Amino acid sequence: MEYTLDEVMETVRMTLYHNFDIRTATLGINLKDCIDTDIENFKSNVYDKVTEYGKKLVYEAGKIEDKYGVPIINKRISVTPVSLIVESCSEDAPLEIAKTLDRAARDAKIDFIGGYGALVQKGMTRADSRLIDSLPEMLSSTERVCAFLNVASTVSGMNMDAIIKLGNILKDIASKTDNGIGCTKFAVFSNAPEDNPFMAGAFHGIGEPDFSLNIGISGPGVVRSVVEKNRDCDLTGLSEVIKRTAFKITRAGELIGRELASNMDVPFGIVDISLASTNKVGDSVAGIVEMMGIEKMGAPGSTAALALLIDAVKKGGAMASGNVGGLSGTFIPVSEDSGMNEAVKCRALSIEKLEALTAVCSVGLDMIAIPGDTPAETISAIIADELSIGVVNGKTTGVRLIPVPGKKAGDYVNFGGLLGETYVMDISTFSSRDFILRGGRMPAPITSMRN
Amino acid sequence: MPKDLVFITVIGKDQKGIIARISNAVFMHNINIEDLNQKVMDGYFVMTMLADMTDSSASIGDIKKEFAEIEKQMDLNIQVQHENIFKSMHRV
Repeated sequence: MEYTLDEVMETVRMTLYHNFDIRTATLGINLKDCIDTDIENFKSNVYDKVTEYGKKLVYEAGKIEDKYGVPIINKRISVTPVSLIVESCSEDAPLEIAKTLDRAARDAKIDFIGGYGALVQKGMTRADSRLIDSLPEMLSSTERVCAFLNVASTVSGMNMDAIIKLGNILKDIASKTDNGIGCTKFAVFSNAPEDNPFMAGAFHGIGEPDFSLNIGISGPGVVRSVVEKNRDCDLTGLSEVIKRTAFKITRAGELIGRELASNMDVPFGIVDISLASTNKVGDSVAGIVEMMGIEKMGAPGSTAALALLIDAVKKGGAMASGNVGGLSGTFIPVSEDSGMNEAVKCRALSIEKLEALTAVCSVGLDMIAIPGDTPAETISAIIADELSIGVVNGKTTGVRLIPVPGKKAGDYVNFGGLLGETYVMDISTFSSRDFILRGGRMPAPITSMRN
Repeated sequence: MPKDLVFITVIGKDQKGIIARISNAVFMHNINIEDLNQKVMDGYFVMTMLADMTDSSASIGDIKKEFAEIEKQMDLNIQVQHENIFKSMHRV
């Protein structure tokens, strides 16, 4: 046989016992060609295009799952930022389009559709403003539409006026939905990638072709198991075995992505090599760090451990695919990763440590419940802190905070299903108000002048 | 003509008739067995069969449905995966 029994079984075990799967196959769809000043025509163009390709995605993904025995957990769609396509339309166009996207996603059996957002790092157009103001209503009246905003970038700096708005908007979204769950569908970014396949922040960027099929692989469980098998090697050796594993899972992701794109007759975009955790036992990024020898995620050494882990994943991934893209960092969503959640519960992990992790490799403060009475300016300040890390380091950082109405630090909150459960985190009660309310635009860092 | 190869892997408690049942199902669908390996790993019976589906009118989905019945009756875990995934993961 061309393959050894061990090789065959390694692949089989990954899917059977270590939760190896394709976390998401996300089809980016350009909606610029759907624009029409007649809103009814516009809506029907959007509906037809999204349902046609959505159904095709679900059907073809099912066939590939059968062929390779690797589950494709989520089939999703990202679209052109909605603020761009409603520029010439009436006031209520953003909401009308959101409802159309929601209906199209439901009819095509797509669980989430991303792209209700705007790129406002330097300033807001009238349509951007309208869209931002509509977020609380949009997120409370639709089921599957995800929203994003890019409010900062390394070349433009940070739009503090938009960030001021967001403190109030997040509180408003939270108050309109059970347990503030609407906030779980909204991500704020610096340096948002245009080809990110992961929700809530996915959108089909303006530099993208008509279609683009992007793959998000997964494998915390697989990586954890190789770390477990290599308890005695030093960190150089550990990096090597993680790198090899990352190579293998990225190759599988690339194979599946390319074949799916080819079967759908759309261009293949990228493989996002982020390790995306779930609440399943063993499928936790915190679990990997703890297996490396840190007693609880968040203890001293966690940042170094995570840096080593992701560096190895990137090196293996870059060897495996010439199309690595999207976020390709670490996701450590607190409520969606049972190990992270445990660490918060026993107070090993604070929001300050999470922020430190994002300076190295994490892509943001993700799925963090904060007290419902946190002042809007404090929420804006947390966003500003997190995004400034992205701006200065030339990387993506994002924020997905849930100010849970009526809950205090330490309280338990259950968002249900994949969104998980968590404990409300402690937030500093010292005020940032006067700083935040200055507003304006924080200038781009000197490192942005590269020409 | 390139072959259409799949790996059929079986994991479970060793018992009589595993290979017979699998081979019979494969034969009924006009699938040719190219190679076969078996061994006991960590206390479990493990078998990998490389099979060529070129002449078969069945899809991988059809075969899986049939194996689901054998899995239930014999308390086994049977996977069917196209060869390409092994090539991409284990060969540069």
